[in-house]
Amino acid sequence: MNIFLDQFFFGYYPYIAMTIFIVGSALRYDRDQYTWKADSSQLLRKKGMLWGSNLFHVGIILLFFGHFVGLLTPEWIYHPFMSAATKQIMAMIAGGIFGTMCLVGMLILLNRRLFDKRISKTSKFSDTFILLYLFAQLLLGLLTIPYSAQHLDGSSMVALANWAQHITTFRMGAADFIIAEAWVFKLHLVLGMTLFVIFPFTRLVHIWSVPLQYLTRTNYQIVRRR
Amino acid sequence: MKIRAQIGMVLNLDKCIGCHTCSVTCKNVWTSRQGVEYAWFNNVETKPGIGYPVDWENQDKWHGGWVSKNGKLQPKVGGKFRLLAKIFANPDLPEIDDYYEPFTFNYAHLQNAPEMVTPPVARPHSMITGEVMEKPEWGPNWEEILGGEFEKRSKDYNFKTIEKEIYGQFENTFMMYLPRLCEHCLNPACVAACPSGAIYKREEDGIVLIDQDKCRGWRMCVSACPYKKIYYNWQSGKSEKCTFCYPRIESGEPTVCSETCVGRIRSLGVILYDADKIEEMANMSDEKDLYEAQLKIFLDPNDKAVQAQAKKDGVPDSWIEAAQNSPVYKMAIDWKVAFPLHPEYRTLPMVWYVPPLSPIQNAIEKGVIDNRGPIPNVEELRIPIRYLANMLTAGDDKPVIFALKRMIAMRNFMRAKRVDNTILTEVLDEVGLTQDMVDDMYRTMALAAYEDRFVIPTNHKEYAGETPFDNEIAFDTRSSCGFSFGNGCSEGATTATLFGGKMHSNTMNGKIV
Repeated sequence: MNIFLDQFFFGYYPYIAMTIFIVGSALRYDRDQYTWKADSSQLLRKKGMLWGSNLFHVGIILLFFGHFVGLLTPEWIYHPFMSAATKQIMAMIAGGIFGTMCLVGMLILLNRRLFDKRISKTSKFSDTFILLYLFAQLLLGLLTIPYSAQHLDGSSMVALANWAQHITTFRMGAADFIIAEAWVFKLHLVLGMTLFVIFPFTRLVHIWSVPLQYLTRTNYQIVRRR
Repeated sequence: MKIRAQIGMVLNLDKCIGCHTCSVTCKNVWTSRQGVEYAWFNNVETKPGIGYPVDWENQDKWHGGWVSKNGKLQPKVGGKFRLLAKIFANPDLPEIDDYYEPFTFNYAHLQNAPEMVTPPVARPHSMITGEVMEKPEWGPNWEEILGGEFEKRSKDYNFKTIEKEIYGQFENTFMMYLPRLCEHCLNPACVAACPSGAIYKREEDGIVLIDQDKCRGWRMCVSACPYKKIYYNWQSGKSEKCTFCYPRIESGEPTVCSETCVGRIRSLGVILYDADKIEEMANMSDEKDLYEAQLKIFLDPNDKAVQAQAKKDGVPDSWIEAAQNSPVYKMAIDWKVAFPLHPEYRTLPMVWYVPPLSPIQNAIEKGVIDNRGPIPNVEELRIPIRYLANMLTAGDDKPVIFALKRMIAMRNFMRAKRVDNTILTEVLDEVGLTQDMVDDMYRTMALAAYEDRFVIPTNHKEYAGETPFDNEIAFDTRSSCGFSFGNGCSEGATTATLFGGKMHSNTMNGKIV
């Protein structure tokens, strides 16, 4: 990739993506809450949901937190406990396991989405698109494992983490960490950031509404005053 | 004591003719949109039968309602953590086939078909996929007038503890209609199970509603409701339920199902209740005590102390007055002829039922009815008492027998009075009724004039503030839009549909999707 594209995608695009992600979500929440939903299709077809949906969701949630912690934990925090190389091995194993879980679930869900008439006929474009998109992103993510295996010193991982930490702390020169990395990492990153761009326009908004407040609700009953 | 008011409903099953007018008018008003074609906020089932969705009464299967666990009430679907663990795939959710796959007929084919050897037929087409269906397999009144074999219908949950084989024989068969709608419970399990907190009970009239903007479609309410009266709209991705026609109730009009009931079986009226007692009374250790326990929550609107407290708790005067004339209060509490549907679910339902009378079982064989005094033995009624008790009092026969005896006494008394011109006081004595009471019963239950059936005070929006008219609440809604999809007055249907597809479309136009 040429320098302009590298600078654009790894220097500026993250901020564009985050802006669309946050402003888009806020606008939709404010203006169109009736469309804000998980959009489950379980009512129409139960088959495949128990394994498919659970494996997919648990897998992808673990992957999300794996990325979050892995990319944003500064070196000085984990260095007293482990070397970068150890961390890379851990990331590859955990990512491989969660990724496989997610992949199995996603294959079941994709099969349902594409080939079950009840589901395919009632799907919006965005429903099918987002599933295929996540599938592509997951395959890319799994493909990074053999690339990582070619150099187990953790250098690649440290570079990516540095990039993420520079971006999130608004420091200059973030893109420089990425330039030398393999294409598969770069593509995975671009697709990952684009996921934030399309997020507000799809059913993914239900992630914002994860109902954790239910656990702290003191009273089962809700009564609204006039 | 915390007094709240609710508009309750009583359905006099003795007069239900099973015409489905309630269901059809309700459907036309509320569920004619895509995604809820399969949903009937009101449906009429023939009992005995397993109903719609299949076997809905069996909570071992669907896990609706509440359980009393270690002295504490908990939704049967599970505690908070267990419930959230089901959020990705809910094992207790019915599939659409448990209700039925909605369909329309290909009517156009009847007009457009080319010349054929056999006459053209309009075949059913799925309203979901648009494809031809081999045959519809279930529906909201599939067992209409004992349709289907007894073998299947006898799986009816109300047959538990009953030796049911004899009721499969032609001579012993029996049936009744059961119109069903949301019970607008005092202890609703749907509210408790909603992870988003989108379902709520209105303080002023007890109506249970789903906030369509707040619902995220986690679909736990569908499982938690033991009456299966919350429906997931697969098109909008939100749950929907009977609204008790709240826009009509607010302006003092009866619900659509009540208004259009040709049998005049439905009554609407105010009930005052003590909100502080709900948890305790729903938590009786013996299921059979739940009916009596719910009666204890209700308050006597003629009691001066209750009136004073109600006023203090913000119940408008017109509501206290309406409570005194409430046909629901009379039937459920005064005369004890109406009962909650399945009190053992512990939701404290607020739509009550007067059990149906039925012919004396062996009258035909003997040619005459045994003369055991003025009131025949109710055990000889064609519909087994235990069957009604399993449905209405968690299996306790005594209250049901008492109610049926009172209804028979009313009939005998009025017949003697009208036809023979005699006053049969001994009939009334046996069931503890006075002449005034029986006259009122006759007016409310038999004649059931419009103004006696529906005693509905208008909603006082102006009381919403600290003092009347000190705020904008009453005036804000004036001239505003009514029912809408999307934000406020926006129809939500933009051509760009940047944030998701169209909000709703009418699917009762006979076209195939």
